[in-house]
Amino acid sequence: MTRVLGIVTAALLAVTAVMALVVSPPDAVQGDAVRLLYVHVPTAWVAMYLSFGVTSLASALWLWPRTRRRSWDLLAGASAEIGVVFIALTLAVGSIWGRATWGVWWTWDARLTTTAVLLVLYLGYLALRRVPADPDTRARRSAIAALLAFVDVPIVHQSVVWWRTLHQQASVLEENRLLHPTIHGSMLWTLLIGLTAFTLLYFWLLVHRFRLARVEDEAEDRRLELALAERRAEADVVPA
Amino acid sequence: MWRDALLVAAKDLRVEARSRVATNQVAPFAALVLVLFAFALDPDRGVLGRAAAGLFWLAVLFSALLAVQRSFALEAHDDARDGLRLSGLDPAGIFLGKAGAVAAQLAVLELLLTGGIAVLYGSDLRGAVILAVTAVAATVGLAAAGTVYGVIAAGLRVRETLLPLLILPVVAPVLLAATKAWDAGLSGASGEGWPWVRLLAVFATVYVGFGVLAFGALLEET
Repeated sequence: MTRVLGIVTAALLAVTAVMALVVSPPDAVQGDAVRLLYVHVPTAWVAMYLSFGVTSLASALWLWPRTRRRSWDLLAGASAEIGVVFIALTLAVGSIWGRATWGVWWTWDARLTTTAVLLVLYLGYLALRRVPADPDTRARRSAIAALLAFVDVPIVHQSVVWWRTLHQQASVLEENRLLHPTIHGSMLWTLLIGLTAFTLLYFWLLVHRFRLARVEDEAEDRRLELALAERRAEADVVPA
Repeated sequence: MWRDALLVAAKDLRVEARSRVATNQVAPFAALVLVLFAFALDPDRGVLGRAAAGLFWLAVLFSALLAVQRSFALEAHDDARDGLRLSGLDPAGIFLGKAGAVAAQLAVLELLLTGGIAVLYGSDLRGAVILAVTAVAATVGLAAAGTVYGVIAAGLRVRETLLPLLILPVVAPVLLAATKAWDAGLSGASGEGWPWVRLLAVFATVYVGFGVLAFGALLEET
């Protein structure tokens, strides 16, 4: 089942690559730089909404006594890890794209700033998860930290939106429009396929990361270092 | 709950009154930060004056980290944490008390720092009303968020290094909003600052509420 998912993901990613690099036309204004869109938007979607959404939901389910299972905690951790990787990718790709179209690597736009703060918030969350502790303690602590980080995101977003728009308006808003060009035809299709491909990639990674977490958990219980190493090797298949 | 909060806050402040850690270490540290900012930015009154609000709140943020760490270092020895847990006090009260003590110390510190920026950076303290209201809202928010993360990090061996990583991004909106509100107040355009005070109030409410609800669960863990 997971293998099928992996194969479909790989195929869709290949289709995305072909569509993005060959089929879709260069943008009238940005030229070939627009092709970064097909990576940038899907990674942002996976990181911000999917991963951190799943992390928050799983944390809330763990905290709710009736649905408390150790799996929720592991799922939250696995999802946050993938989210951090993807959000770092989003920032990196966005930065390259910004250099190509705006001429700067970084601008203190609301969206960029919120994303950067989000990355640091969840890095902190992962650091907290790595602190050795009894599983229940760690789960409670990280679930609460995850929810705290999650409620902070809208506040950060709101504050940087105001921060930007109360005084300085011109440059950033124009640049922002560049980020959201009206798109047509093959560009739209490429983007949609890219979104699907990256969403599937997320689930594929999540299944593997979650399994790995479960195995780690069991191994911790049994203190079988050998078994741990073996399963890790088994789960660490490099995505195609 | 409120009686418990007062008890805990009074205890923390009494410890401070006798040990003088905040007075003898945190306050000089904050003043030092102000002086170091002047070194970094070249002692040019123009730049320092324009950046005064941001530098002030950055100094408060750093001091808040120390205050939170101190607040939980108090409970680290002689099983004081277990004592607190077994005392039968309402966890929400303990949270409010600890946050209240941190907020009280920060408030005193902010008064000193305000004098600091007036003297060192040449800021005009116009718009005293908005400066004071902003300071109150921001201090409550900082103390509440700091106390929640403080108790999360308290039992850990890596707390000194982990706590800043956890707290600083979370209180980023406080820095943004308080800086803007103070900018408005210091430049005499108080009207522009009030939306920021609202944001600070929202932040403070969210974290005080969260702390009241979650502190019991966080304190229970070993």
